[in-house]
Amino acid sequence: MAPQQRKPHVCRNPDLIRGVGKYSRSKMYHKRGLWAIKAKNGGAFPKHEKKVADAAPAVKPPKFYPADDVKKPLVNKRKARPTKLRASITPGTVLIILAGRFKGKRVVFLKQLTSGLLLVTGPFKINGVPLRRVNQSYVIATSTKVDISGVDAQKFDDKYFGKKVEKKKTKSEGEFFEAEKEEKNTLPQDKKDDQKSVDAALIKSIESVPDLKSYLGARFSLKAGMKPHELVF
Amino acid sequence: MVKERQGERCRLYTRGTILGYKRSKSNQYPNTSLVQIENVNTKDEVSWYQGKKMAYVYKAKVKKNGSHYRCIWGKVTRPHGNTGIVRAKFKSNLPPKSMGSRVRVFMYPSNI
Repeated sequence: MAPQQRKPHVCRNPDLIRGVGKYSRSKMYHKRGLWAIKAKNGGAFPKHEKKVADAAPAVKPPKFYPADDVKKPLVNKRKARPTKLRASITPGTVLIILAGRFKGKRVVFLKQLTSGLLLVTGPFKINGVPLRRVNQSYVIATSTKVDISGVDAQKFDDKYFGKKVEKKKTKSEGEFFEAEKEEKNTLPQDKKDDQKSVDAALIKSIESVPDLKSYLGARFSLKAGMKPHELVF
Repeated sequence: MVKERQGERCRLYTRGTILGYKRSKSNQYPNTSLVQIENVNTKDEVSWYQGKKMAYVYKAKVKKNGSHYRCIWGKVTRPHGNTGIVRAKFKSNLPPKSMGSRVRVFMYPSNI
């Protein structure tokens, strides 16, 4: 039968009380109607032939049995997913960073990276926060949104922010005693250019909203009498 | 704690007072402390603070990691009673001299 919408099956033998049905065995047999099916089929219940299963391919007994039973690890069907993004955080939302070097800064959210961290930018010109990753738990989402349509954040991913792997140099005796610090602490120019290109479109849309620029430049702080559990962000 | 920026105070924590340990009349259980968070006066208001990290900051004579300041981290676990007092567990139990002194209740891990 093709699978159709099946009505949930009603009980044929309702309980009078628990354990005692309304109908006796013989009445139930009559109700089920198997006798009618048998009669239609000439005295026996209709059967269909068993499908012949293909003969299993001949397996040779293995030459080697391991001495102890090898335990198989349990199946793990979990998929790694980035943390669920709060409904209040959408691209263009202004976030308040709660901890770290930039605590209290108001910052624009760009996108969520595959690691689950949020990609965020000051913009740098306005409050000194560069393109940065931030954890969702250390951030408060405000209801202020910035128009982010001009920004292309496609090329940024977790690898962009990872630590650069330095090649190990073999040290000779003389070099060992010299200072090892090279001037690698300056930011590479292409990162500065990325920052400028992302911020250019953002700053335009920020300046079109009155006071938003100074809002983003100011830090958030709790003042006397402020109750965080009553604040609406 | 490097003082790079001057001025601009930025308080991102709520003040709290450590009241003592969880206790009955004659027994105390130092693994849980009781904390009074400022401006929190009812049990329902505590639900916002549940899970938030807290820090007990204190000073010591010996410099550790370049600073005289030290900190014990903990978190708000559950309300205590009906009037906004909160139970907190710290990484290591709070010392008895902390009773009556300040604790910082941060706004993270945040859920807003």
